[in-house]
Amino acid sequence: MTTAATEIATYNFAYLDEQTKRMIRRAILKGIAIPGYQVPFASREMPMPYGWGTGGVQVTAAIIGPDDVLKVIDQGADDTTNAVSIRAFFQKVADVAVTTETAKATIIQTRHRIPEHPLTAGQTLVYQVPIPEPLRFLEPRETETRKMHALEEYGLMHVKLYEDIARHGRIATTYAYPVKVEGRYVMDPSPTPKFDNPKMHMSPALQLFGAGREKRIYAVPPFTRVVSLDFEDHPFEIQTFDQPCALCGAEQVYLDEVILDDKGGHMFVCSDTDHCEKRQACGHRGHLAPEALEPAQ
Amino acid sequence: MDQMDVIDGGFSAPVFNAQTVFRAVMDAMARPGTVQQLAELAQPPAPLAATAGAVALTLCDHDTPLWFDAGLQVSAAKSWLGFHTGAPSAATPADAHFALVANPANLISLENFAQGTQEYPDRSTTLILQVESLTDGTPLHLEGPGIEKSATIAPTSLPRHFVEQWKQNGARFPRGVDLILAAPDGVACLPRTTRIKTTEA
Repeated sequence: MTTAATEIATYNFAYLDEQTKRMIRRAILKGIAIPGYQVPFASREMPMPYGWGTGGVQVTAAIIGPDDVLKVIDQGADDTTNAVSIRAFFQKVADVAVTTETAKATIIQTRHRIPEHPLTAGQTLVYQVPIPEPLRFLEPRETETRKMHALEEYGLMHVKLYEDIARHGRIATTYAYPVKVEGRYVMDPSPTPKFDNPKMHMSPALQLFGAGREKRIYAVPPFTRVVSLDFEDHPFEIQTFDQPCALCGAEQVYLDEVILDDKGGHMFVCSDTDHCEKRQACGHRGHLAPEALEPAQ
Repeated sequence: MDQMDVIDGGFSAPVFNAQTVFRAVMDAMARPGTVQQLAELAQPPAPLAATAGAVALTLCDHDTPLWFDAGLQVSAAKSWLGFHTGAPSAATPADAHFALVANPANLISLENFAQGTQEYPDRSTTLILQVESLTDGTPLHLEGPGIEKSATIAPTSLPRHFVEQWKQNGARFPRGVDLILAAPDGVACLPRTTRIKTTEA
């Protein structure tokens, strides 16, 4: 008691107070029970601005325990500002183990990517979501979009995809590509590239989505049908890349373009840094990998 | 009613116990048909059992009106939950966010509870059913989200005409109630999306 009295007061485990955690936990259970439905919740102020992942942070804080191993990625990378600061936040307020290895994590908080390494049962993927409502840019009124979900009236979304085809000859939506969950709710998969949409379908991992500013939580349970919207004559397609990763030579992965100079030089590298590093450690080399460069110098 | 019955028996480590119980319930809800093991973390007064009591402590507070079945309505358990969670009593089952059921066999029909609305299907009652076992009853073969191929649980006791009632509950989707089955050794869940396969020839 005397030591406790002399210590500076600390935050509750995982930052949030227990009443807030209960409120978020109840919303998560409802979200799991109604896959793809956006459950309103009383989003709190977090020690970071809205838009920096406050929804994902609140979901993670509500589920995390001392035995968890946390991985945080931002556009696939473990070492970018958002990922580093959120990882440090949970190390500070929850004293949990952290990792960059997808396979070792029990909770993966993500901003806009699904790791390349297949997820397994027992893992939970927490998405940071900016705009949870897939119909928002088509219909700005919450009262109307809510009614559209209630009536399963998704014609407008198909019109939008059709207009893409009419204008561009193909569905031009490349990220936040709308999906239908378990044949009922149309859901925004958060601004992940459509490349990742197929990974959501029948995933063994639980997927939770938190939108802090918009105050919504939704979920996709494991082994749930997640189908990207399309047309029979314009089936859903994911992005393809002409060249492998310049560092690890990986194909069939999502690549980021990196500008190298002001003369048009560029390279394509894995967006998933953990996946890329793992492959390089196993001896895979792309054409711009360091070992391949050295002889030329 | 002994005063100490009402005060003793809460979580010994409220923050971590609640997290443990929640993760068990979350995993059970995400994977219907699986039994998530749970140690005895709370000691509520009879007829409320340890697991159901722990789930209630984890999820209930002043924001969640509770409905009690007849056995719990007249017991010290009601005061115990009032003391530990601050949750108000629901006047009718349709007002309840959670329903605590010590004797599922005599439960009123599921349609009496809040079903949510088409716009807000989350505004429905979650029933915490206290069952003796999740393996000794009539096997229920389950399918739906969270289940790769099929899953089986055999809870006892369940409400009367449960298979028929559950079919009707599923037909109301996205409205409907969700069940948390609290057995002495763990929890299993039946979210409204889970279907019970009936395999008569």
